[in-house]
Amino acid sequence: MKITHHPDDSTLMFYAAGNLAEPLSAVVCAHLAMCPRCVREVRAMERVGVVLLDRLGPAALSRPVPQMALRAMEAEVAATRGKPDLEGDIPVPLRHLLGARIDDVCWKRLGIGIWNVALTTQTGRGDLRLLRVGPGRAMPEHGHGGTELTLILRGSYRDEFGTYEPGDLADLDDEFEHRPIAHPELGCICVIASERPARFKNFIARLIQPLTGF
Amino acid sequence: MAELINRVAARGDASAFRELFQTFAPRVKSYMMRQGADPTAAEELAQETLLMVWRKAQLYSSEKGSASTWIFTIARNLRIDRLRREVPWQELPEGRDEEASDDLAPDDAVVERERQKRVQAVLAQLPSDQADVVNLSYLEGLSHSEIADRLKVPLGTVKSRMRLAYQKIRESVEDLK
Repeated sequence: MKITHHPDDSTLMFYAAGNLAEPLSAVVCAHLAMCPRCVREVRAMERVGVVLLDRLGPAALSRPVPQMALRAMEAEVAATRGKPDLEGDIPVPLRHLLGARIDDVCWKRLGIGIWNVALTTQTGRGDLRLLRVGPGRAMPEHGHGGTELTLILRGSYRDEFGTYEPGDLADLDDEFEHRPIAHPELGCICVIASERPARFKNFIARLIQPLTGF
Repeated sequence: MAELINRVAARGDASAFRELFQTFAPRVKSYMMRQGADPTAAEELAQETLLMVWRKAQLYSSEKGSASTWIFTIARNLRIDRLRREVPWQELPEGRDEEASDDLAPDDAVVERERQKRVQAVLAQLPSDQADVVNLSYLEGLSHSEIADRLKVPLGTVKSRMRLAYQKIRESVEDLK
């Protein structure tokens, strides 16, 4: 898999710092499962945290090394590492939400040639969903509310910024307007995360709009 | 410090763990307090962090060099889980290590120490607008939108300051890869 589109450095920095909104973190995490280059970048960025932690003045502990901790250590059994389940085309971090295989996903139809599956996050903030767009379908032009991340899982799409293939991640914020068109034969299946729900719902509404006549 | 973690990892060395605890628990407590935890909760999270270092040391003992980032990443993930009540989405997906390991430069402890020294030097010399963004995110736990609100600058400015800061960090360690 040749990945040409990666998250912005600032997105990865906020991810490494642990402060990217939950749906965005989910998509970055799924991208990392496919992209060794970004794994290396995030590791380098975590070093910033190590250095800053080192510089923090220590806060006095009310108790010394707790007995509880030492007992837990003594009882500790070395954990065994599970074999990664390599079967399936859903990125491993998303499998607890979607299962392992795209073909087994239970789609909900949004309109002609457009299906989705809404995914719930722990906090319910923002928006995370799997989107499937039929071959050659153009998505309507839309503005982005805050940061929006799109990770391609199958097929591809093309817009003003290039062609996005499996593993590629589009990292866009409200400065950009784009008009993605799904691959003429394969269509496009992607995971989309948005830090703000309202605008994203408008985007979905606009997808349906011409079809339902609202 | 990496040596202590390696002793914990390799032999389950309890005295090494005790030393690690005494060195890091007060810092992690201070980190948790910066992120908004009260002193009691911060101390509990610090204890839990170090306990997980013990467990992870066993799990990741085959991995070279990344020992020094364990404590930070574990503390960070616990913070996301407990203080923000979100899923961390940070655990290394199983299988990722194997995939990535061919491309990773062998990190021995000396090179890693040198890298951290250089990162430290870059951080100390960052222009204050970039240093603020880095500190607010890594230490105060603010998201990019929250930092934009706090500093009263557009989101794009926050992102470009973060990008510039990282460029300098990346350049500083490039020859060590």
